[in-house]
Amino acid sequence: MENQMFEILRYGIYGGSISLILIGLYAALTKRSLIKIVIGLSIVDGGIHLLLIAIGYVKNGTAPIFSPGFENAVDRMVDPVPQALVLTAIVIGFAVTAVALSLVIRLYRHHHTLEIDEIKNLKW
Amino acid sequence: MKKLIVILLLAVTGYFLVDSFMDLGRTGPVVETGVKDFYLDKTVSELKVANTITSIVVNFRGFDTLGEVTVLFLAATALGGILYKRRHHVGERSVLFPSSPIVRAGSKLLFPAIVLLGVYVFIHGHLSPGGGFQGGTIIATGFLLMLLAYDNFSVSHNVLSFIESFAGIFFVLFGFAGMWAGGTFLENFLPVGTMNNLFSGGIIPIVYILVGFKVAAELTGLIYTVLHEKES
Repeated sequence: MENQMFEILRYGIYGGSISLILIGLYAALTKRSLIKIVIGLSIVDGGIHLLLIAIGYVKNGTAPIFSPGFENAVDRMVDPVPQALVLTAIVIGFAVTAVALSLVIRLYRHHHTLEIDEIKNLKW
Repeated sequence: MKKLIVILLLAVTGYFLVDSFMDLGRTGPVVETGVKDFYLDKTVSELKVANTITSIVVNFRGFDTLGEVTVLFLAATALGGILYKRRHHVGERSVLFPSSPIVRAGSKLLFPAIVLLGVYVFIHGHLSPGGGFQGGTIIATGFLLMLLAYDNFSVSHNVLSFIESFAGIFFVLFGFAGMWAGGTFLENFLPVGTMNNLFSGGIIPIVYILVGFKVAAELTGLIYTVLHEKES
């Protein structure tokens, strides 16, 4: 029963994060509004973070923090390396989103529209 | 037509992603041995820091964190550069409409509590979940609340850039102090103390507090720049 739950959890998290990545890429590739493209990129970000965290999971794991009561739980601790990497990645993703949005503001100021169809230089 | 191509492309990508990830961790942990055990061991035996992630981010990969903070700084600078038009008049905004008295009273009440929570989170970064980045973000949300509620609430860009450069310079100086004490960049040169005390972990809490100040100042500046962006 417990194993079954773990399988479901694993499929849910891996499948969910991969589908988040795909949904974000779909939005970034097909949508016409610049804001929606930036939102798509953020969704890709979220999916990748979830996937990385899920890889580090250990069955019945605890957080890799040696707070009182958990000093001897080294065997059950989840992998701290992906978590540290994701902490970095979240900050970088935030910076990328901020710069992308500022570019969108700049484009809107220049062209008075957010649709990439109406901005001639941005078609593909 | 174009949507079909995109869906096909994503289906192929998704197939390979699922194929490579679904078998991971089916039996036991994904990574049996590796750098994880080294980190978990050294965190307790050498650094006496409770939070392994903090010790990785600030000590083992401290140079990387310096780069990360630099990226954040570059993003704030780029935002200011891209959105720059002319000197903003204080209290003039086009993006937002005036807020209701309830929002104003509520955010005045909540603002000190939010800042206190942020400070708590980054001071206890080496003991509990949290740290400089998280605490700095919490403080910036407090400033966001105040900026949304009050038309005339303004933060001085000079103070923000002073805090930012102060924190950044001291981060680098602590790194060089580790070299000067006979180790590598950002080597721990202060006594580590006992585990799970507030004053433990050598330079790790100090560096994380500096990171917290830097992130808070940067994010507040970013929010301020975007909110005071005027329609041309």
